[in-house]
Amino acid sequence: MRIARPVTVDEAVEALSAEPGAQLLAGGTDFCVEVNFGHRRPAAVVALRRVAELRERAVRGETVSLGAGVTYAELSGRIAEVVPALAAAARSVGSPQIRNAGTLGGNLATASPAGDTLPVLAALGAEVTLRGPAGERVLTVGELVTGVKQTSMRPGELITKIEVRRVRGAQQFLKVGTRNAMVIAIASAAVVLDRDRRELRCALGSVAPVPLRVARAEEMMSEAIDWERVEAPPGAAARFAELAAEASAPIGDHRASARYRRQAVRVICERAVNRCLRDAA
Amino acid sequence: MTTSTPGPLVDDPEVGARRTSGPQTTGARTTGARVGEGALRPDGTPKAEGRFAFSSDLWIDGMLWGRTLRSPHPAARIVSIDPRPALALPGVRAVLTATDVPGRATYGLEVPDQPVFARDVVRYHGEPVAAVAADHPETARAAAEAVVVDYEPLTPLVDPTTALDSPPIHPDGNLFRHLPIRRGDPGATAAVVVEGSYEVGMQDQAFLGPESGLAVPGDDGGVELYVATQWLHVDRDQVAASLGLPVELVRLHLAGVGGAFGGREDVSLQIHLCMLALRTGRPVKMVYARDESFFGHVHRHPARMWYRHHATAEGDLVKVEARILLDGGAYLSSSNAVISNAACFAPGPYRVDNAVIDGYVVRTNNPPCGAMRGFGSVQVCFGHEAQMDKLAAALGVDPVQLRLRNALRQSDRLVTGQVLTGAVPVREVIEAAAALPLPPDAAPDGPPIARPGGAGLTADPDDVARGTGFAVSIKNVAYSEGFDDYSTARVRLEVGPGGDPVATVVVATAEVGQGFVTLAGQIVGEELGVGRVVLSPAGTAEVGSAGSSSASRQTWMSGGALQLACAAVRSELAARAASAWACPVEMVEVVTGPAPGEVRRRGTGERMRWVDLLDPPIEREEEYHHRPTRALDADGQGDAHLAVMFAAHRAVVDVDAGLGLVRVVQVATGQDVGQALNPLQVTGQIEGGIAQGVGLAVMEEIVLDQGRVRNPSFTDYLIPTTLDMPGVDAVLVEVPEPGAPYGAKGVGEPPAISSGPAVVAAIRAATGLPLERVPVRPEDIALAPRP
Repeated sequence: MRIARPVTVDEAVEALSAEPGAQLLAGGTDFCVEVNFGHRRPAAVVALRRVAELRERAVRGETVSLGAGVTYAELSGRIAEVVPALAAAARSVGSPQIRNAGTLGGNLATASPAGDTLPVLAALGAEVTLRGPAGERVLTVGELVTGVKQTSMRPGELITKIEVRRVRGAQQFLKVGTRNAMVIAIASAAVVLDRDRRELRCALGSVAPVPLRVARAEEMMSEAIDWERVEAPPGAAARFAELAAEASAPIGDHRASARYRRQAVRVICERAVNRCLRDAA
Repeated sequence: MTTSTPGPLVDDPEVGARRTSGPQTTGARTTGARVGEGALRPDGTPKAEGRFAFSSDLWIDGMLWGRTLRSPHPAARIVSIDPRPALALPGVRAVLTATDVPGRATYGLEVPDQPVFARDVVRYHGEPVAAVAADHPETARAAAEAVVVDYEPLTPLVDPTTALDSPPIHPDGNLFRHLPIRRGDPGATAAVVVEGSYEVGMQDQAFLGPESGLAVPGDDGGVELYVATQWLHVDRDQVAASLGLPVELVRLHLAGVGGAFGGREDVSLQIHLCMLALRTGRPVKMVYARDESFFGHVHRHPARMWYRHHATAEGDLVKVEARILLDGGAYLSSSNAVISNAACFAPGPYRVDNAVIDGYVVRTNNPPCGAMRGFGSVQVCFGHEAQMDKLAAALGVDPVQLRLRNALRQSDRLVTGQVLTGAVPVREVIEAAAALPLPPDAAPDGPPIARPGGAGLTADPDDVARGTGFAVSIKNVAYSEGFDDYSTARVRLEVGPGGDPVATVVVATAEVGQGFVTLAGQIVGEELGVGRVVLSPAGTAEVGSAGSSSASRQTWMSGGALQLACAAVRSELAARAASAWACPVEMVEVVTGPAPGEVRRRGTGERMRWVDLLDPPIEREEEYHHRPTRALDADGQGDAHLAVMFAAHRAVVDVDAGLGLVRVVQVATGQDVGQALNPLQVTGQIEGGIAQGVGLAVMEEIVLDQGRVRNPSFTDYLIPTTLDMPGVDAVLVEVPEPGAPYGAKGVGEPPAISSGPAVVAAIRAATGLPLERVPVRPEDIALAPRP
């Protein structure tokens, strides 16, 4: 196995171009599991830990800028104050050891339906910057993640940073698993109540091949909310949850049945909206 | 006694990793704390600091790496096996299959019905078909994949309820054992009758140290095997039989064991490793990966149970009827003993004069099942305790009072007719658990992460309901039904380098985490008062069998052997002093405390130091046999058990019924321990056992789909984390067991038995749901029709 150890993003792009098919290695929390299971044995690896630019994180004005190599554990403190739902999602990932190693960019690039930060980034409208031989481009999560462990990343590209706008309002992330910690999501929901745009955005995890924005439910709820008083009529949250559950397309597997996943979506969506309304009021 | 007793520090814990003929094996040196103290385990600090050598850390220069090829099918005919593509790979030294087994082609704990390698047919998903040895683990992996096996898949027999009506999938047939128990009047009935059916899923031991070992070929045609196991000598006998070697040429050494819980009773890689080492003439190491470990050992038997209880209007049990069906999987393992426990203890720790019980364990194409902590008692406890709650509800009485009313007492009989002559503090354990303080109500402003759903932050305070449940259990100590169980111990007393007496203990007792290494030092401390005790590495060539570290038996059995050996050493000291003084031995007193190390002559007051009597050193070996037990007759009657132990558990849970998520808040327990020889270690057993009980109640299950294991990983086979583990409040009920060394019963299994049923009872109380299957899955609550 050949290993490249770039220290700049440009070097990383060069290394990727020089070794088509090379595996990007950040925290290794997904990749090394695949290696252990014998699912992947790449001939070359580009290791990103030494690329300082990817480790940068900052709150600049109304924007949080997170390098792709920022770990789950680092999504805390000041960042947690600006994007609490993202911090909650990061806190729900794995064990402390996993959270110390795994990265936001890795979570996106792995593109698992159960990636915990993906629904939050989708609901927050995060912008994902990629750099490759042809330069930079910026994608939404919906544009980046195209299927189960499938992305629109082009050969030679890597994710460099994720930018999230501060939202005036409230945001929530709820994740359902059979264990109280260190568990793969059976279903998750991120709900963002955006008072400036007067819209409620919601994305679901683990109940579709990709993080699922639920447009009909979002529209219904955005219209139902009295944005001056940040209130919703009785039953609106339940109706929203019902629409979200209808939009979900879960599979049944050894972790949970499709019917349970849909029920879980219904329950957590209603709770998430009610919490947002309570928090924003 | 409560369990908060802190132990004195061991001043020089020097452990683990004593280098012997090459690889590292276990051994320990400890100072002589006495029985009853909460001494710290000598291997505790090295384990916590990562310095302890586990079997997966074994290393010897020039070793090869072994790898096992396993069947992807639960049932298939093997049409052909072609090892040539694997042998053609550079660095591959051997590819072995069924035709290479030099001796007996099969092995097994009770009956050798399991092939070392499948020959014509595979009977479960993961059954070994071939093993390879190569210069590098990656090469070994590639070689195993390169072996070409042509399978003709068969329809697997996966439903245990149809096993007896299906064509045999093994020459020995599909019935392992039917054990009927008939007591009293089969037609008896009473005013109140409750009936129920219950199901228990397949639990795994989920030990953290995967199966691993190192085989080194000897100059004499024999082999040294360093391996993590529970019973060195029975492994040796099975390995030797399959190698076609006399047992003296197969020398097993205990390597550091990373947990066992029954999952290391059966042979896994032992025979494969020795075959590879003898074939290649090189040391061979093998370490199962986590997923392979799930295929490499037996699991807890899944159970289907039907019960009918008859009681008077006052709540006295009159009759218990039960049909218990255990799925034994493809091979026998210890199934016959597991069903015996399940049937014998089917009514639980209650007095009942009439019983009609039928226990069945059958063969299927599911993974083999065998020993796991609690061993048959766990499954039926879910049944009998659910029934006791049903009966209490039908009678309109308090469930704890109903249990107290029917609790077994000394001189009562089990349904096998055996009179309980030992300590039977069932009432005491129930009262102790019930009297412990309940946890405070959940505070609405408490940390959200402490609610059901934990780090997923799914529950608000209004979503949570609290419930409390109670359960009591009974389990035998040691092996039953006439097995002549014994353990061997040797003690050498000599002058140490500092001029003080040093005792060396040689036992083949497998230290699997239970803490016999600590207890051995305490027993020698108690019996000889020696400050310095060295525990030799455990091996088959050094000493006779200690029996298995199973069935909560080692404190009693190896403790008993060690006590006898120490007594024999004392006798020899007295004899040597008597000879020196030319006096009758009765006139010599051996002083073991508080100022040990002397002999005194009664009458004259003369004294002599031990060290002056230790040339040559004194060495004594003793075997301890417990009193005989008997086989069960055609009606399941007989004095089959050595002793029984009891525990009561009260669980408090918070449930989010909308999502079906559970947080176990507290488990309070009273446990019958006989005497606590090391309260700190007893507490460790209680907490660890409760973790496994909680796990089975709410999350632990091997999920099968047509015989295929769907979740062989710690990603998907979930065991409790810190956030799932309740607070544990324990009372050790100490009523000395007559006939047991130091009055101690076993303590390892009871915590894992009724804790789970108590948790399920608490979830029933919180939700009002019947919940007749464990583990209770979120959807069993969230999607259940509301009562």
